[in-house]
Amino acid sequence: MAETKTELLTLSIFKRNPIALLVLGICSALATTGQMTTAFVMSICVTLVVAFSSLTISIVRFQIPSSVRIGLQIMVIATLVILVDQILKAFYFELSKQLSIYVGLIITNCIVMGRAEGFAMSNPPIASFADGIGNGLGYGFILMSVAFVRELFGSGSLFGTEILPLTTNGGWYLRNGLLVLPASAFFLIALLIWLLRTIDPSQQEKD
Amino acid sequence: MAEENALKPFYSVLVLAFVCSALVAGAAVGLRPLQETNQILDRQKNILYAAELFEEGKTMEEMFAPIETKIVELASGKFVPQGTIDPESYKQLKAALSDDTGRQLTREEDIAKIRYQEKYSLVYLVKEGQTIRQIILPVRGKGLWSTMYAYVALDSDLATIRGVSFYEHGETPGLGGEIENRQWQEQWQGKQLYDDSGRMALQFVKGKAAGEDPAISHQIDGLSGATLTTNGVNNLMEFWFGDHGFKPFFNQLKKENANG
Repeated sequence: MAETKTELLTLSIFKRNPIALLVLGICSALATTGQMTTAFVMSICVTLVVAFSSLTISIVRFQIPSSVRIGLQIMVIATLVILVDQILKAFYFELSKQLSIYVGLIITNCIVMGRAEGFAMSNPPIASFADGIGNGLGYGFILMSVAFVRELFGSGSLFGTEILPLTTNGGWYLRNGLLVLPASAFFLIALLIWLLRTIDPSQQEKD
Repeated sequence: MAEENALKPFYSVLVLAFVCSALVAGAAVGLRPLQETNQILDRQKNILYAAELFEEGKTMEEMFAPIETKIVELASGKFVPQGTIDPESYKQLKAALSDDTGRQLTREEDIAKIRYQEKYSLVYLVKEGQTIRQIILPVRGKGLWSTMYAYVALDSDLATIRGVSFYEHGETPGLGGEIENRQWQEQWQGKQLYDDSGRMALQFVKGKAAGEDPAISHQIDGLSGATLTTNGVNNLMEFWFGDHGFKPFFNQLKKENANG
C-alpha cells in the first residue's frame, strides 16, 4: 500500500466513505440516527470496535487459516462488541439504555467485517488500526449528519436540547413525523451520497 | 497466509475461542456489581419520579428517606409479616417464575400478557409520620414488542394517580417509546382509576382527552402512532389494578383504616 497513515485516516471520511461509497453499515445508520447523542455514542463504539478488531486480526493474520478466517474474525469482533456493551452498562447506564440492542448489533455491521477481511488480513497492524479509525470516523460523519437533520426537524432539538419548540410542548414548530421514523434515514443517506458524488465525480459508478 | 495443515483450523479456533471467552467472562463477572448498582439506582430514581419526589442535587438516601418498602401478598392483600421475606433482597421478577412464589396465569386472567405472576409484590409507602401519603406500585405488561415496566404512584385515597414512570421497555423509539416522555406521563396526574361503582375505568383515548365528557377524569391521551403500545399500557393498568393485581391490597388497606 502506497498510502501513508494519515491518508488511511482521512481518505475514509470523504473519498472512500464506508456508507457513502461502499454502502455498508446501513442498518445501524437507520436505527441510531434519531438523536445526535445516540448517533455519537454509536459512532464511538463502532470506531473502537473497527479499530481494535482490525488491529487484532492484523496481528494474528499469519496464524489464521484461510478456511476458518471468517469465523475467527467474527469471534474477535463479537468479543469486542460484548466488551463495549458491558462497559457501557457499567459506566454509562443511561446511554446504554438508549442504545439498547444496537450496541449488540455492531457485530452485524458490515463495515467491521469488511475492513477486517478487506484490509487487516493483508496489512500490518498499525496501518490496519489507522484504517479502522478512519472508517469509524467516516461512518460517524454520515451518522452525525443524518442524526443532525433527523433530530433537528423530527424532534426540534440537538443533543437533547430544544432548538425549535414543538407544538406538542406548547411551541410553534410542528415536527416532521417522517423524520422520527427510521425509514427517513434512507432518504437522507441517499441525498448525502448524491451530494458526495456530485462534489467528487470519481466516486460515481460507471455504467 | 499460513500453510494449511489439516489440524490447524481446529486448534486456532479453539485457542481463539478460549481467549475470547475468558475476556468476555472476565468483563461480565468483573463489571456485574457496577451494573447492578446502576440498575438499582435507575429503579429508585424512577420510583421517585413517579412519586414526584425526585430533586436534583439531593442524594438517593435523602430522597428515599420517607419511603418504606414492604411486601404484600397479592391474593390476600395483606402485608407479609416482618422477617419472612426481606424487601431488600426480594427479586420480584425471579419470584414470578418459581413455583413456590409465583404462578402461571390462565389465558383469561392474563390481560397484561405477562404469563407468570408473582404471589408477593413489593410496594413502596411514602409516609409522613404514621400516615401514608402515597403508595407506589410496580407494574408491568406487554406492549407491541416488549414488556414495559413502570411504577405508578397513587394518592392515599387509593384511586387517584399521582404519577407514573415507565423505566424499561423496548418499544419503537419516537412512537411507542414515547411512554418514557415525561410530558405524556404528567397528564396521568390526578386521573381516577375507578368509577363510582368501583370498576376500573381508566381509558386511553384518541386525540386530546378534553372537553365536556364526564369521563374526563378517567381519560388519558393515547400515544399517536402507537396504538398497540397504548393498548398494552391500558391492559397492564387493567390487570394490575384489577382483582388479580393490587385491588385486594387496596380493600385490605381500606378495611384496616376503617377499623382504626
